Amino acid sequence: MVKVALWGTLRQHADGQAEVEVQAANFKQLLDELATRYPGLKPQIKRGVSVAIDGKVYREAWFTPISPDSQVVLMPYMVGG
Amino acid sequence: MALDQPRKFKYVGTRPARPDGIDKVTGRAQYGNDITAPGMLWAKVLRSPHAHARILSIDTSAAEALPGVRAIVTGADFPPIEGDAGMRDVQLNCMATTHVWYEGHAVAAVAATSQAIANKAARLIKVEYEILPHVTDVDAAMAPGAPVVREGQTMENVPAGMSANVTYHSEFGHGDLAAGFARADKIIERNFRTAATHQGYIEPQACLASMTADGRGELWTCTQGHFYFRTACAAILGIEASALRVTASEIGGGFGGKTQVWAEPVALALSKKAGKPVKLTMTRDEVFRGTGPTVTTSITCKIGMTKDGRITAGEATLRYSGGAFHTGTCDMGAMAAFASYDLDAVRTYGWNVLTNRPKEISYRAPGAPQAIYAVESTIDELCQLLNLDPLDVRIKNAAKAGTKSSYGVVFEEMGLLAALKAAKAHPHWNSPVPEGASRGVACGFWFNFGGNTCVSLNIGTDGTVAVSEGNPDIGGSRASISLMAAEELGVPYEKVRTVIADTGTLGYNDNTDGSRVTFAVGLATIRAAQEAKKDMMRRAAAIWGIDAEAVEWVDGAAVPAGPNAGKFPPMTLAEIAAQSFQTGGPIAGHCDFQADGAGVSFGVHIADVAVDQETGKTKVLRYTVFQDAGKAVHPDYVEGQMQGGAVQGIGMALNEEYIYSDKGVILNPGFLDYRIPVASDMPMIETVILEIPNPGHPYGVRGVGETPIVPPLATLTNAISRGIGKRLYELPMSPPRVLKAIKGH
Amino acid sequence: MTGTLVTSKVNGDEVQFIADPGETLLDVLRYKLNLMGAKEGCGTGDCGACTVTLNGRIVCSCLVLGVEAEGATIGTIEGMADGNRLHPLQQAFIDHAALQCGICTPGILVAAQKLLERNPDPTEEEIRYWLAGNLCRCTGYDKIVRAVQAAAAQMRA
Repeated sequence: MVKVALWGTLRQHADGQAEVEVQAANFKQLLDELATRYPGLKPQIKRGVSVAIDGKVYREAWFTPISPDSQVVLMPYMVGG
Repeated sequence: MALDQPRKFKYVGTRPARPDGIDKVTGRAQYGNDITAPGMLWAKVLRSPHAHARILSIDTSAAEALPGVRAIVTGADFPPIEGDAGMRDVQLNCMATTHVWYEGHAVAAVAATSQAIANKAARLIKVEYEILPHVTDVDAAMAPGAPVVREGQTMENVPAGMSANVTYHSEFGHGDLAAGFARADKIIERNFRTAATHQGYIEPQACLASMTADGRGELWTCTQGHFYFRTACAAILGIEASALRVTASEIGGGFGGKTQVWAEPVALALSKKAGKPVKLTMTRDEVFRGTGPTVTTSITCKIGMTKDGRITAGEATLRYSGGAFHTGTCDMGAMAAFASYDLDAVRTYGWNVLTNRPKEISYRAPGAPQAIYAVESTIDELCQLLNLDPLDVRIKNAAKAGTKSSYGVVFEEMGLLAALKAAKAHPHWNSPVPEGASRGVACGFWFNFGGNTCVSLNIGTDGTVAVSEGNPDIGGSRASISLMAAEELGVPYEKVRTVIADTGTLGYNDNTDGSRVTFAVGLATIRAAQEAKKDMMRRAAAIWGIDAEAVEWVDGAAVPAGPNAGKFPPMTLAEIAAQSFQTGGPIAGHCDFQADGAGVSFGVHIADVAVDQETGKTKVLRYTVFQDAGKAVHPDYVEGQMQGGAVQGIGMALNEEYIYSDKGVILNPGFLDYRIPVASDMPMIETVILEIPNPGHPYGVRGVGETPIVPPLATLTNAISRGIGKRLYELPMSPPRVLKAIKGH
Repeated sequence: MTGTLVTSKVNGDEVQFIADPGETLLDVLRYKLNLMGAKEGCGTGDCGACTVTLNGRIVCSCLVLGVEAEGATIGTIEGMADGNRLHPLQQAFIDHAALQCGICTPGILVAAQKLLERNPDPTEEEIRYWLAGNLCRCTGYDKIVRAVQAAAAQMRA
């Protein structure tokens, strides 16, 4: 199981939890599992979610591997100038 | 991939002439508006004079009857995009359909045989409007009963019962705020406001579009991302992306403002209808009225601090408006606000609010300057109230490797503390403040990112190297990419030529934004060079009749890896290239990937200013920028980013703002009244480059482009506020506003 | 709309063109004489990207009508280098990284050349005020001022 940190506004769609545990070996599996378990997260996942794994930010790479002890933080999809 | 030893570089870190230099100093470089095509038509866009209105009818008959007019398009000519609300917004922004949402919103466009005829024809198009109530102020738009800009835009995260203009809400942070504030000796809460500002690139949007009867098209345009422009234009016109080839011209500044389409889909639609190439160039007035300013904001910031300067809790509410459209900028601001600090308790709230303003588009570190301005101003005021040194307080609270950031990510190696310590040791900080002047300091941050990148590197038979990359070069990136290719291959910089390939030539490349190019395209170039090297070593081994594994690459040549490999003189890249036809054909390397691990970026700025007590005008006397570049590939252009970004931030702080009439009309859509800094406003901008290697890049490179615009807003606020003895909470600090603070009325 | 035949000298060459009554000198240079070096950044004389010399004075060519060029001597960025030999200012701008996007560069070079003709040893302040009508959004002006100083020193030597 991987612990995933959710930012504040996502928590209302995940039973108020700041951190959820999911069974996932990569970013895609993580997103799929989150969307299945917490359908309220679907609109934000559709708009765009980036992920930080052990401090490194991945904008959208689905198959980035995640190990059970990885530190995983969701972030809104990044924009820049 | 941590770097234990500072790597020794031969080419990276030097300052050679940029490859496009001669073209640009002789007037030969071709920008968006600099090419023409045989039989070309000229275009003009008609724009809404109203901030908010329903379009009742559009009568183009008089315009069509004008001799020389060849095509007119309106919103009806663009097939509505289904299923992608973001792209539908872009389409509606390019050409209104049922409503106009801001003054300057495009409603029709015409192509004619001359610019004069096109201009005249646009004036002959009759649009009947029903004027609707409008709102341009972010706080007013949030208030109950405010005029509704667009119905039905509210997202699932907005609590019920708010104004329909509030479309999006986000929250970030960790820790127990109440406990944090309880530990503070001093807590202050302040409200800030910042005006919308424009990227102010000197080259207005300009393109040449050519669609042919078979449904294919060519587009020449000044863009920060021709691949995205292809995607957007294809979606907006309802054609396949492969039918359109986009070539990026030289680009006359962007700063984020050329990451979105405005003119291009319109020019393509006109060309399709007229069956001729169409040139569409925006006027400066149209650039201000129609293209992307920044958000306008209203921010509340509350910070608690102990007597000895430890921040115990921080909280900020950001109310951002990017015009009549959704934007993710409030997220970026809310994540960035407290990023510089190691905090036990921090919370930020972002709100996106619709107003009758143009559609916001990124401007250098979008969302961060405003949020960090509020935080850095509040911290400075606390330092004054507690009689603490503002630099020492920042050092005491600085985030570092291992810190859990305010947006949840744990930082890797990064250079904030190094920049703060460099500032503290610098002669600027240690010199007495000049008579009649005052000094301010502030930090800044940007995330940086990498993204989709595709690079091809070809070794010529004469030993020269051609790099094809897909990111428009705004600030000298071709020089940096060539330097990295030279470094990796061990050939002189002059042997490498980097070109920006069109969309038909390479895979998708993300926009030139997010401070990504030197990092991501550089990394792709290094990998492509490594692939080419591997091939060349394999060929050298075959020529020598030894194992490929027994060959290594040293100083631009294949050499036997050790005494056991055999005794052969080095075979240079040029020698291997000359024999390529006999050894297996062309030699090339390629890399397509998603570059991740961009590495965060921090900076610290110090300013000395003098405020004229009679006029309220601020003169910047001395300015120093400290920033971590990871590794400065071409230090001249790293300094250039630091200096240029700082001066843009100074413009935001002192002068720049969109001023609206009570009818929602922009009153200052020109460089005379929207005053960007001019040469005589500025001192030299001193720069100190720190090099804390980014673990995510083999040379340690970090993006540097965006961070420098962030600190000036608070740096100048802190300097001016200390100078006049009154805190300022609104930007810009234009002379009338400063004078009002001095005089107290 | 009747055009006027205009004869003038551009970068040393005699040229003739038909100018429409409302046509700017900038548009004539760009679209009738194919000299694309002068840029239109604003069309209102505020940005200086279209700077050229007209009878020895620097002007914003977007504020001059084509018909006003009758009998005039005009200098543009295309006439600054001597064949392949760059003017010291042009070389200094490359050497000192005084351009990023480069859109303002032609106008700034034409203006700076005129400054150095009048004042071979300008102070930093004189350079900054002389160039105050030429906007640059990329560089923050630091490297531009340094490049002009360096070119001036080289031209004095």
